Amino acid sequence: MIITVAGEKKEVKDGITVSELIEQEKVETPQYVTVSINEEFVESGSFDTTVLKESDNVEFLYFMGGGSR
Amino acid sequence: MITLKKSDFEKMLAHAEKELPNEACGLIAGTANGEDKVIKEVYLLTNIDKSNEHFSLDPKEQLAAIKDMRAKGISPLGNWHSHPESPSRPSDEDKRLAFDSKASYMILSLMDREAPVLNSFKITGEDPKTSEKEQLIIED
Repeated sequence: MIITVAGEKKEVKDGITVSELIEQEKVETPQYVTVSINEEFVESGSFDTTVLKESDNVEFLYFMGGGSR
Repeated sequence: MITLKKSDFEKMLAHAEKELPNEACGLIAGTANGEDKVIKEVYLLTNIDKSNEHFSLDPKEQLAAIKDMRAKGISPLGNWHSHPESPSRPSDEDKRLAFDSKASYMILSLMDREAPVLNSFKITGEDPKTSEKEQLIIED
């Protein structure tokens, strides 16, 4: 099936989960990545059980933060 | 080398001053040719930590900014944040939470309100991460 990942159309296997996509896309430091599907954010605890569908639009966002101390 | 328009510096500074006493933050985007980067857009985002000592970008605003960059044909170059009461250099936490060795991390110090200081850093390595100041040009 075809989905959009970070603005690019990609062919992935049917029934792929968010966790599998993270692995396939070689996302670095996945523990600090936020995922959205069709603009809805996915709880990180649900990555293993969230199955993607045809035409889904997936974005990976790196946590960005810091501190002054 | 990284180049920033003076008007964008002023936009960043105005946002940082408005957010005091908390840290302000945002994203920078533009074009990159090897180590030479030109900032075309500065994004002002919400610091969801609402803190004087920490910042985290709002993920919804981050997503909107990434889409805007794509629409404008520019690339994410890094982020910026303010240090209301400390110098313009990465703290240990800034280094710990810097995951992209290619990104520019800009820090605007308001420690001296009359003379704000903006520097840009690359943060690389692991245990310990190290920071290196980039040449920053602010042009009219």
